[in-house]
Amino acid sequence: MSFLLPLAGGLLIGLAAAGLLLLNGRVAGISGIIAGLIEPRPGDKGWRALFIGGLVAGAAAVALARPGTFQFDLVRPPFLMVAAGLLVGSGTRLANGCTSGHGICGVSRFSPRSLIATATFTAAGALTVFVTRHLLGAP
Amino acid sequence: MKNALGALGCGALFGAGLALSGMVRPEKILGFLDFTGAFDPTLAVVMCGALAVMIPVQVLVRRRAAPVLAGQFASLPTLRVDGRLVAGSALFGLGWGLSGFCPGPSLTAAGVGVRDALWFVPAMAAGMLLFRAWEARAHRPSLDETGVPAATPERELAARVAEERTSLIP
Repeated sequence: MSFLLPLAGGLLIGLAAAGLLLLNGRVAGISGIIAGLIEPRPGDKGWRALFIGGLVAGAAAVALARPGTFQFDLVRPPFLMVAAGLLVGSGTRLANGCTSGHGICGVSRFSPRSLIATATFTAAGALTVFVTRHLLGAP
Repeated sequence: MKNALGALGCGALFGAGLALSGMVRPEKILGFLDFTGAFDPTLAVVMCGALAVMIPVQVLVRRRAAPVLAGQFASLPTLRVDGRLVAGSALFGLGWGLSGFCPGPSLTAAGVGVRDALWFVPAMAAGMLLFRAWEARAHRPSLDETGVPAATPERELAARVAEERTSLIP
């Protein structure tokens, strides 16, 4: 598999984050955008809903043009997905960011917090995969 | 209005980028995290592409007084590297490594009906709300006999920390 598509995809992600910052003055941190949208307190929910709507529609449009975009062969039990979702939801709130907010927006301005966060979640993810795949034999 | 179009357009670009790059497939993420197995460097290529755009843009942003379509740049809290940051990132990494989903890709996958993401996304939202409830409870002051929040050293420290968390840089 060539790296041209991933590179093009990365440039698009960078352009999207750059656009949201330069045009709207907002950080494209997806966990933060979701959290602001679902919290019960009223607030600036309009742009958040539009961003998330655009995100889903943009990916769905690519999938229409390129069947197989979302294809995967892993079979995982629902309880594992629920546990992972709870961990990702609470962890990204505790750390104030995820792969987009810390990994792209924060790292691009060389924020020490974001560099530490990115190193930590990558290491924790790698350790998890090592345990599940190589010690427990998960696919 | 223009602001709304900016958010919609940037969201669509972001989603298209995630889909084109393959990052919406958990296999690609798990492959990247599998350093001792069939390592797949794709995620690193995607990050390099995104950072190649964003690093110069951050320099540009530092020189601008205001964004193009809004009054001001959203302020970022001046927080230090602390236990919350590291613990939260570790919990997130654990969930990321179990599922191969981080927030953005999980939303796009749920949007097209991928079964695993339909379990993951509501749980992620619940995790966010549970954390919010826990945090509100942890910081709720107990009342003294007159109904006034009692001052304790812990509470004063918590108030100072909270103030620091909300103090903003321009």
